[in-house]
Amino acid sequence: MDVGAIREQFPILQQEINGHPLVYLDSSATSQKPVSVIEAVNAYYRENNSNVHRGVHTLGSRATDQYEGAREKVRKFINAKSTAEVIFTRGTTTSINTIAYSYARANLKEGDEIVITPMEHHSNLIPWQQAAKATGATLKYVSLQNDGTVSLDDVRETVTQNTKLVAMTHVSNVLGTVNPIKEITDIAHQNGAVMVVDGAQGAPHMKVDVQNLDCDFYTFSGHKMCGPTGIGILYGKQELLEEMEPFEFGGEMIDFVNLYDATWKDLPWKFEGGTPIIAGAIGLGAAIDFLNDIGLDNITAHEQKLADHAMEKLRSIDGISIYGPEKRAALVTFNLEDVHPHDTATVLDAEGIAVRAGHHCAQPLMKWLDVTATARASFYLYNTEEDIDRLFDGLLKTKEYFGDVF
Amino acid sequence: MSFNNLDTLYRQVIMDHYKNPRNKGSVEGDALTVDMNNPTCGDRIQLQLQVEDGIVQDAKFTGEGCSISMSSASMMTQAVKGKKLDDALNMSKAFSDMMLGEDVDTEDLDMGDVESLQGVSQFPARIKCATLAWKAMEKGVQQ
Repeated sequence: MDVGAIREQFPILQQEINGHPLVYLDSSATSQKPVSVIEAVNAYYRENNSNVHRGVHTLGSRATDQYEGAREKVRKFINAKSTAEVIFTRGTTTSINTIAYSYARANLKEGDEIVITPMEHHSNLIPWQQAAKATGATLKYVSLQNDGTVSLDDVRETVTQNTKLVAMTHVSNVLGTVNPIKEITDIAHQNGAVMVVDGAQGAPHMKVDVQNLDCDFYTFSGHKMCGPTGIGILYGKQELLEEMEPFEFGGEMIDFVNLYDATWKDLPWKFEGGTPIIAGAIGLGAAIDFLNDIGLDNITAHEQKLADHAMEKLRSIDGISIYGPEKRAALVTFNLEDVHPHDTATVLDAEGIAVRAGHHCAQPLMKWLDVTATARASFYLYNTEEDIDRLFDGLLKTKEYFGDVF
Repeated sequence: MSFNNLDTLYRQVIMDHYKNPRNKGSVEGDALTVDMNNPTCGDRIQLQLQVEDGIVQDAKFTGEGCSISMSSASMMTQAVKGKKLDDALNMSKAFSDMMLGEDVDTEDLDMGDVESLQGVSQFPARIKCATLAWKAMEKGVQQ
């Protein structure tokens, strides 16, 4: 994989920040966009802009073809059986809320259980808190091992015949933990529960095969995988989606409308109320082409090298705490002793290095780690070992700087 | 940006307040208590104000956060202690203006070390850190 050639396709990386070449280490928050994605969105608005599934005019057909073409690209990307199973949403949060409203609230009742973990991002946690409150179901947590991993024995103990839904992240956005989704899905199914996967940090970084995982729902966002913001995916098994009522009602999603009742379009459109995010879907299609050209396996391997290099370098810093397991996805979350992560991030920014600092939308996990906030460096296909070396140098400077001023 | 620019943010006096916060702890007896947090970053503060005859007799805080938010709380409590409520609110207004990069005449306000936070205005991402304690004070006074 030629990272130099890849970097050239990202205009945003060709700039200086505060007098230093930009080192972007915040791809878990959002990834940068290659020229091909930017151009695809641009070209749609310049040449084909029109609403989909309505007009009989040429532009309308082009827009519809591109939009539905993007759906087919997503289907292949995750190996769904049919495009009926691929629903365009606004992002992971909307996808999970759709499941919480259209599936959980309709199917769960008092005495039922929803099982999640303390490592969930708020978007895979709060919808379940609310669904539990609304239905009288009980929210249960699989406890975490000391290193921030999930043990299958604990999953087996927590998931019971009363469990109707298990929701878990594929990859933790804080710990970098990669969860054994296939095995956990098995346990969920043995107990008659459906399996929901938050794939926001999974799909951009590794080959996802929803048929192999056998999960019932898989959700992810376009903007974390080189696509535009505002577009995401809800994958669901067709037989489940068929039974579910739409989450949003209005334009586009209807079949026949009478004064007092209406019927819905077929899948996947019954879940796409309103004018959809057409440019976003087309941009996501271009992002998938871009990632496929490089190859997801190559991306995973490259990121693994970066993660190993980062762990090795950062671990050698005196007074650093690194959170999460040894074997991890391409991100490192840490704190420097006596330096608040915001202050670390400000010094790094002065050096042209962008990292995230805060609670990473995972407040229960922060509590579990016994910290109020952390700094996080996350990597993607355009990062290099040099970027990590710059981070390392920046952290030494941070220590030096705060050592001096104290 | 070099480390020299960072020095406009992290001035010695700020780091001193961070390391040796003034008025940290709880007020004895009755006090107005305000909890405030910055949900985007997790910084939180509990501010206690003891007000008698329209004058802030005592101000104390506890909390967790970055150097800017905690030193700002330390300086704010120092500045408002012994002041009339109106003056405290005027200071808060002056401080917001300062964060917006406006020239502020603070001669009559007696803001003490607070003015050392002026450099924060050049770091937009950190302005919310600096204003947390002041927002808490305003909320307390309005109660």
